[in-house]
Amino acid sequence: MGRNRIEKTSILLAVSGLSKSFGGVRAVSGVTFELRQGELLGIIGPNGSGKTTLVNLITGFLKPGTGRVNYRGRDITRLAPYKIVGLGIARTFQMVRPFYQLPAYKNLVVPLYSPRVKAMAGGKYGERDSVALDLLEEVGFERDSYVSYKVASSLPQGYLKRLELAKSMALRPDLLILDELFSGLSLAEVASIVPIIEKLRFQGKTIVMIEHRLKELFRIADRIMVLNYGEKIAEGPSDEVMESEPVKKAYLGSET
Amino acid sequence: MPKRKERVDRGIKARSEDIFALSSPREMLYLLLPRAIPVIGLLGLGPFLTPYWQEIFISTAVYALLALSWDMLVSVGLLSLGQSLFYGIGSYVAGSLNHYFGISVLFTIPLATILGGLLSTIVLLPVSRLRGIYFAMVTLVLPLMFSRLVEATRILGGTEGLTGLSPFPNKWVAYYLIQVVLLAVLFGFRRIMASDYGLVIRAINDNDRSVMSAGINIHWHKAQVLFLAAAVGSFAGAFGTHYDMFAGMPGFALDYSIMPIAAAVVGGTGSFAGPLVGAFILVPLSEILRALGALRIVFYGLFLVVFVVALPEGIFHYMQRKYHQFERWVEIE
Repeated sequence: MGRNRIEKTSILLAVSGLSKSFGGVRAVSGVTFELRQGELLGIIGPNGSGKTTLVNLITGFLKPGTGRVNYRGRDITRLAPYKIVGLGIARTFQMVRPFYQLPAYKNLVVPLYSPRVKAMAGGKYGERDSVALDLLEEVGFERDSYVSYKVASSLPQGYLKRLELAKSMALRPDLLILDELFSGLSLAEVASIVPIIEKLRFQGKTIVMIEHRLKELFRIADRIMVLNYGEKIAEGPSDEVMESEPVKKAYLGSET
Repeated sequence: MPKRKERVDRGIKARSEDIFALSSPREMLYLLLPRAIPVIGLLGLGPFLTPYWQEIFISTAVYALLALSWDMLVSVGLLSLGQSLFYGIGSYVAGSLNHYFGISVLFTIPLATILGGLLSTIVLLPVSRLRGIYFAMVTLVLPLMFSRLVEATRILGGTEGLTGLSPFPNKWVAYYLIQVVLLAVLFGFRRIMASDYGLVIRAINDNDRSVMSAGINIHWHKAQVLFLAAAVGSFAGAFGTHYDMFAGMPGFALDYSIMPIAAAVVGGTGSFAGPLVGAFILVPLSEILRALGALRIVFYGLFLVVFVVALPEGIFHYMQRKYHQFERWVEIE
């Protein structure tokens, strides 16, 4: 869709030569890519190809062996995770990480308490609880139902994924990194989350999505990057990427 | 006809988790009563106690403060086996200030609370990144290490300790100081944990990586909680030192580590009221059992085991449930 519009915007995130080894295994090796403001980049690749490690490296949860991450022209390579969030990069976890003992809406009070949100709201952000309830409604927790008040440990997977998304949205990020948001969800649930992501794009957010659900991803992504054994093997519009030989071989199996 | 037990929330509790609509004196009384019990019990009972029981109430309050401090650390996910570290440091800071500089009790106790809190925080901060048993092991070792340090280097009076420290002006000052501080810490900690700040603290215990990804510096928050807990423990130490007019190696004794944990477990963790209830059961009990001589420890241990097995949630949580819910037997269709 708006590919031309995006090419005119500035570069938000620039990753160059990022590598990380665990023991003898090179989980991510020499990955380089750029992300423009307002773009939606999809990252795909077989299991164990280093997608989540890449997210952990960008968000500061892991320290890279070599390579640099630049965000808005600033080197953020070795910053602590909370500082990176403070600059406007929010992430979700593949394995959802709610605060299981807290009610769903209280889960959002934690990100709403962060210095970033406090600073953006100019110190008078209002009642965190009511902001949290509004956010939950935005991601599909039915208003006037009891579900927002339920303890997180009693929520089904679909709601936990939405809660995970709402937690990252509460930080008012400029760049959202969604790690396998769709995994473990039914078709109907995915279909109900896609409009939320499209709305975020409309608000001008830059989004990185790691996905195994290719059909849904290809419909909304501007660009696809393919990882295999920690290396970038292809990058470009979805149709071109899936035509390239190394991707067919690595991702879809050799028979296709 | 088979029957099952049904639990029903009493009116006011059912309405909302934390917003109460107070519409009648009866409802106000319902809320006020549990809060009034410790206040009246600790402050009002004072003059009616025999001197012997006043002493017990004072030493119980010291242990209760250490137990509240322990509960605060647990709420952020730090399991401490060395509350005596705080007691010992507070005790030595207050003792040294009084012994070497001649500072009066009026100032040594507040100074020791803050300095002791800072010192303990600095000592424990490097290991606050550890979780569970690893942090626990370090806290268990540190008080032993400090007491050996005093013994080996003969600083701060060595094995003799610092004796002849200034006492309190009279016993009422001592009694009301410790009880008022105990109540302030109890209600203060409960207030903190009920706020959004407390929510973040609980969230760190629940899932620290998720809090990090919410843009919050968890190590800074852990340091703050560490300071709060250490300052309360140091106050207990400073108070105990002036009460006994002595600061020495017994300040790092295992008693000050184990009794608070036992009190918190018997009373119920996570509420601050639990450890207080636990301390006011266990410490007087151990005094009463003194009449049994050597068998005292056996009965004491037996009591602990029975309690932990029969009421694993703790006495306080059990009482709280009984207060907020009533039970009835209903027939199953």
